[in-house]
Amino acid sequence: MAIVMSFMTNKDILTGSMPSTFTLDNYVRAFERFPLFQYLFNSLVVSIVIMIGQLVLSSLAAYAFVFLEFKGRDLLFYLFIATMMVPFEASIIPNFQIIRDLGWIDTYSGLAVPFFATAFGTFLLRQNFKQIPKELREASQIAGMGDFKYYLTVVLPVSRASLVTLGIYGFLSSWNMYLWPLLSTTNDKVRTVQIGLKQLQTQEQLNEWGVIMAGAVIVIIPTLILLFFGQKKLQKGLTEGALK
Amino acid sequence: MSQIELVGISKSYDKQQDVLDEINLTIEEGEFFVLVGPSGSGKSTLLRMIAGLEEISGGILKINGKSMNHIPPKDRNLSMVFQNYALYPHLSVKENILFGLKAKKVDKQERQRRLLEAAEMMGLTELLERKPRELSGGQRQRVALARTIVSQAPLCLMDEPLSNLDAKLRANMRIQIRRLQKKIGMTLIYVTHDQVEAMTMGDRIMVLNDGKIQQVGKPITLYNEPTNLFVASFIGSPKMNIGLAKFSKENKEIIVENQLHIPVDSAFVKDIHVHKQLTIGIRAEHLKPGTNENKDHFLEVVNVEQLGNETSIAFDVGSELWTAKWPGQWSIHVGQKVPVQILPENLLFFNSETGELIQSALKDKEQEVFAT
Repeated sequence: MAIVMSFMTNKDILTGSMPSTFTLDNYVRAFERFPLFQYLFNSLVVSIVIMIGQLVLSSLAAYAFVFLEFKGRDLLFYLFIATMMVPFEASIIPNFQIIRDLGWIDTYSGLAVPFFATAFGTFLLRQNFKQIPKELREASQIAGMGDFKYYLTVVLPVSRASLVTLGIYGFLSSWNMYLWPLLSTTNDKVRTVQIGLKQLQTQEQLNEWGVIMAGAVIVIIPTLILLFFGQKKLQKGLTEGALK
Repeated sequence: MSQIELVGISKSYDKQQDVLDEINLTIEEGEFFVLVGPSGSGKSTLLRMIAGLEEISGGILKINGKSMNHIPPKDRNLSMVFQNYALYPHLSVKENILFGLKAKKVDKQERQRRLLEAAEMMGLTELLERKPRELSGGQRQRVALARTIVSQAPLCLMDEPLSNLDAKLRANMRIQIRRLQKKIGMTLIYVTHDQVEAMTMGDRIMVLNDGKIQQVGKPITLYNEPTNLFVASFIGSPKMNIGLAKFSKENKEIIVENQLHIPVDSAFVKDIHVHKQLTIGIRAEHLKPGTNENKDHFLEVVNVEQLGNETSIAFDVGSELWTAKWPGQWSIHVGQKVPVQILPENLLFFNSETGELIQSALKDKEQEVFAT
């Protein structure tokens, strides 16, 4: 529907008739009306940074939860998991205050850093790491390999599928993020595409639905591409550990 | 070469019951030493303590005279083979074999030389580029062994390395491991629950049960002179036939399970009559088919297994099930009463209360003398 509408003239849309002409005008106007490229670029940067940050932090955390033995490890892990129950909206004000005090408003780091730590990612990877036979760690211990090297050369390559899953998941959720970028950005320089889309809607008295739809289509393209290529891996990764 | 000494080694989890209790043991250089016991006996724990993967709760572990209690595994100069092979699934066979050497920073040319040598020895030359999942169980095990060879560690620990293989391959690998050990001359500590493996491979065997040493010795000694009932029934396949017995002085006979009366002469049993409660044991091969001269025991057959070269027959004796192994093929039916010969000199006597051996079979000793 949205895709069809993005190719229709405004008149056709408002009268609710079948499309009479095929036009690319909406796309051209969407790019003219607001700095879509800048927004797309911002979104891309933020999403990729968040993705990488999540992968690094949650894989390291998961490694600690699986392979390192320390007192209170399980308790800490449950505490970690419990944070999944706190909705992001509840922590949005403290988060905002922190980045404001750090002077990170209108910066990429302000947009990305609060999302680096994810309980979900840690949980997913922990389940995955747990399936790595502990003999592998023992064999590497006998060979004289330290924890960090083992993490890099064995754990990460072995759990590639789950890392890809988490990466895609992290990328998509940050690409579609709305509330946080709205709060932490004030200008077009760092604003992400979802905010831009919203702006399209309210700028005019009369909404130009064709243009909005064109913008929306552009925005969902990366999502579709990622889903298309990653679907198999995503399914495999998400169900991994669920069944034995 | 490594010589290993365990002095009063114990292991307990959470300061509760001991998993291993005061293990004292010396393993000589270049020895093939087998640790055998049922599951839960603590044999794997002991091996892992030697490897340094498990903390030692008490006692001293010495390798080549030096205390190793707090030395990390990598500095103990040993290699280990695991039950599930512990191959890195994302690395090729070649990288798997070289994994340890890279971590130890061995020079590249030397690495290559050792790789080719080990691959040659284990017949892996064709498979070097494959991934572990593309290999069969036996091939995977050979890769794990090759990893041990390239490390050139003087001490190798193996934790049930053959239990994931099928019976035929297992027999084959037994010979390969044995030959490899003799060729390289390393000290090998081998953990298994399979007493056949223990018997056929070990220079010496230690039988472990409930965290306690039952007996240490040469395989044939364990077979002929088990120190207690546990070792007697654990070593040997089929297991030793065991029955409660009484010695009747008046009739000069031993009564087994209130069913069998075995006449004995008094000189033969001079040590035995002191013990009222006896348990006798007899090996399956000593329950011979009855002859014309000796057929005073008739036993009821409950099962017959034709193995081709021999026939395994199970009898009901009191509350026990006894097994006999007769060479050749016998056509016997279940339910039939069959004459069986039981010679008193084949009997082993145990104290029923403590399970300790009182007297081992006389006949065996004689045969041993003839053989040597």
